[in-house]
Amino acid sequence: MPVNPDLPERTFPPVAPYLVGREKVREFARATRASAAVHHDVEAARSAGFADVVAPPTFPIVVAEATLQQLLAEPDAGIDFSRVVHGDQRFTYTRPVVAGDELTATLRVTGVKTLGGNAMVTSETDMVDAAGQHVVTSVSTLVVRGDGA
Amino acid sequence: MSIADTLSLEVGQVVADETLTLTRDSLVRYAGASGDFNPIHYRDDVAAQVGLPGVLAHGMLTMGVAIGTVTDWLDARGWVSDYQVRFTRPVVVDPVDGAVVQVVATVGALDDDEARIDLTVSYGGQTVLGKAQARIRTL
Repeated sequence: MPVNPDLPERTFPPVAPYLVGREKVREFARATRASAAVHHDVEAARSAGFADVVAPPTFPIVVAEATLQQLLAEPDAGIDFSRVVHGDQRFTYTRPVVAGDELTATLRVTGVKTLGGNAMVTSETDMVDAAGQHVVTSVSTLVVRGDGA
Repeated sequence: MSIADTLSLEVGQVVADETLTLTRDSLVRYAGASGDFNPIHYRDDVAAQVGLPGVLAHGMLTMGVAIGTVTDWLDARGWVSDYQVRFTRPVVVDPVDGAVVQVVATVGALDDDEARIDLTVSYGGQTVLGKAQARIRTL
């Protein structure tokens, strides 16, 4: 089944809020070898001016995961996950993510392109805090390899 | 004061140059931390079955460790306001030797509020991330 070209017209409901935990930030920082004290030490983060430990720049991918599942769960999306590779990724921030943030993510598909038997699905996930203020947008392109690829 | 003055930066300056070894342990740790349990990142049989040359590092792990060199350098003096990469080549992680990844981060451009940091990330002599750019701001 080819990737559905009408995905960009769809609206997806926001996913359940994600509470950014201090230990999760530390665990993610260890896994990505981010050793700056602001990721691990609350006092260091606070004295620098952050409310709590700061999530590493790629951390929002953890929050975006639930929106990816929404996309894959669309019965007629035509996205076979075993054929998906990550094409590109971007995070654009209004402010850093810190432990204690409650982030609500909303997905929209911004483009579906077919290129040489492969489909490129670009989506944007906006994440807002508990006050409804924008924190970060994750933009991903997934490449769905065609049968011949 | 501009970010260039605050952090004493000039275009072309190398702010990080590191060699990192990713092992299968690193992949398992990242899988747990990120929630990405795609078996191509820990099972040789599954990787072979879908036609891959071996178990691959998560692209997001490579993206993550690359920016870790920048945030280690930046420390508490600022934060990353934008970060983008294209995944251009896979990083195959040998079960015994792992994969040795080289990260070089250079100041690419400066304006009043932001510095653009360009990252060159290579493995086996070839770059694995394209258009890898971060923007940093001071607090």
